[in-house]
Amino acid sequence: MSPHTPVAKRRGDRRAAAGNAGRPPVAWAVPGILFFAVFAIVPLAIAVYLSFCRWDGLGSPTPTGLDNWTRLFQDPEFGQAAWLSLLLTTVSWAFQTPVALLLGVWAAGRQRSRAFLSAVFFVPLLLSTTAIAMLFHALLDPNFGVIKSIGPWLGIDSDVMGSSTGALLVVAFVGGWQFMPFHTLIYQGGARQIPEVLHQAAAIDGAGMVRQFFHITLPQLRHTITTSSVLMIVGSLTYFDTVLIMTKGGPGTDTTILPYLMYRTGFQTYDLGYAAAIATALVVVATSISLIMVRFSGFGAMRSTREGM
Amino acid sequence: MSIDTRPATPRHRPVPAAPRGTRTVRRRRSLGNPVAGLGSLIWLVVVLVPLYTLVSASLMRQDQALNGDPLAVPSDPTSENYETVLDSGFAALLGNTAIVAVATVAIVLVLSVPVAYVAVRTRSRLSSLAFRMFLLGVAIPAQAVIVPLYLMIGKLGLYDTLWAIILPTAAFAMPVAVLVLSGTMRDVSEEMYEAMSLDGASPLRMLWQLAVPLSRAGISTVAIFSALQAWNGFLFPLILTQSQENRVLTLGLFTFMTQFGVNIPAVLAAIVLSVVPIFAVYLVARRALIDGLMGVGGK
Repeated sequence: MSPHTPVAKRRGDRRAAAGNAGRPPVAWAVPGILFFAVFAIVPLAIAVYLSFCRWDGLGSPTPTGLDNWTRLFQDPEFGQAAWLSLLLTTVSWAFQTPVALLLGVWAAGRQRSRAFLSAVFFVPLLLSTTAIAMLFHALLDPNFGVIKSIGPWLGIDSDVMGSSTGALLVVAFVGGWQFMPFHTLIYQGGARQIPEVLHQAAAIDGAGMVRQFFHITLPQLRHTITTSSVLMIVGSLTYFDTVLIMTKGGPGTDTTILPYLMYRTGFQTYDLGYAAAIATALVVVATSISLIMVRFSGFGAMRSTREGM
Repeated sequence: MSIDTRPATPRHRPVPAAPRGTRTVRRRRSLGNPVAGLGSLIWLVVVLVPLYTLVSASLMRQDQALNGDPLAVPSDPTSENYETVLDSGFAALLGNTAIVAVATVAIVLVLSVPVAYVAVRTRSRLSSLAFRMFLLGVAIPAQAVIVPLYLMIGKLGLYDTLWAIILPTAAFAMPVAVLVLSGTMRDVSEEMYEAMSLDGASPLRMLWQLAVPLSRAGISTVAIFSALQAWNGFLFPLILTQSQENRVLTLGLFTFMTQFGVNIPAVLAAIVLSVVPIFAVYLVARRALIDGLMGVGGK
């Protein structure tokens, strides 16, 4: 009952004193923290260590100093993979954000038809990434897939997976197809929190739908846009299943994004030290983005919005 | 504030006796935004065409699928593809996946609830440090740690067991769990804790009889989210297991793809079968699932 009262230092007013009695021991959090540390934080530290080693997966890792890192910065494959990751992320963001934003704002209305459509939109989220990648692999099969019948109609070549730009766009599209419902839901939630009065006031002032959208909806959704964008960016930086199943990094190396390069280096050529360096580079990028997120809004904003409710 | 996400009947039922004021407002909203309305119809097609092809082609015989128009309705539907898949050990894959999902959810809940509770109810430096660690943990991609995990899981003697999938999956579901849970637990008012402590309740009783029941929404979000992660996981099973008896659904589907080769209808049937269980969950827990996912993004 007693070893847990750091709060007592908080100016001894009666409220705090009354609250003190029921404060949980900090020790309760220890198992959770340890577990997370053992399987996520410690491996991260080991990854950094391994990035300074040579290791083939069998013997023990041998420290080789900066070898992997100098190699990384000179490796054209790494350069290409980093560039492709960036490209894929940008394309995914540019594709998903407007669509999810519009769908979400639209679905925030309360008609039953919208509720029904939202339920249909939700279905892709129920399929695993593996299942979706395999489904599109079949659909885009030049001999069998629907691409054969609807491709010409849409102006898409039936061997879209054989072209380097096509394959990358397909990966971006498939990711969007899967995660669009999630981001739509985020925007739907955000749009429902906008006080109706704002729109009513604007309507009285004679602002049309378009002006209301740009002057009320968009500014009000800025935190939602940040949250959703960061999740999208970190998400597409770590696409893996889709690439492995649909393109195997190809044609050539034209869809070999960072996670896939890491996998190939580590678990196909068993150059695990170098793979750890690639992984570390990946985590640096993802963490910087997330730090920016915490700083500028994102989950921090999520908390403050909740508190303001 | 109630969020109405009930995907109710498709038909647009007229509501004759609704209060006037609200109706005009809503109607204006629905008539407006024609761009988004049109966009939503286009997206409906984009969502439905692949799903329709998935189901219809899985019912076709291989020659019809290969020669005919894949958008056509199967002329004589067959269950042969489904039988092929079921005969290839599908049930075992499903069983393994269920074990992984249930164990993951259990671990995540048992460990995250106390962490979130301590983070919300104490002001100690340790707990705020831990909270920040979990906040950062959201950004650690599984790919970043897969090489060391391969090493560690091997050393622990867990390589090629279901534990090799469960433990890291649970760890990686924890950051979001802690964030969501502390979000909902923060909403439990201080007055209620005070009232309970005046009654002489122990911290454990307060957690069990106040914080947990009032955070039911957050807890179900976390359960759903971690189950989905376990369900969807591919990298951990791919790297950390090997033998067929420890194969989970995602990995099994992937091997079906090579195993069935050009028998695309069978591959599609396997995909359909893999969706059935989660679709059943969706039909039962639609509301919690949608609200939960909305909560993960931060409303």
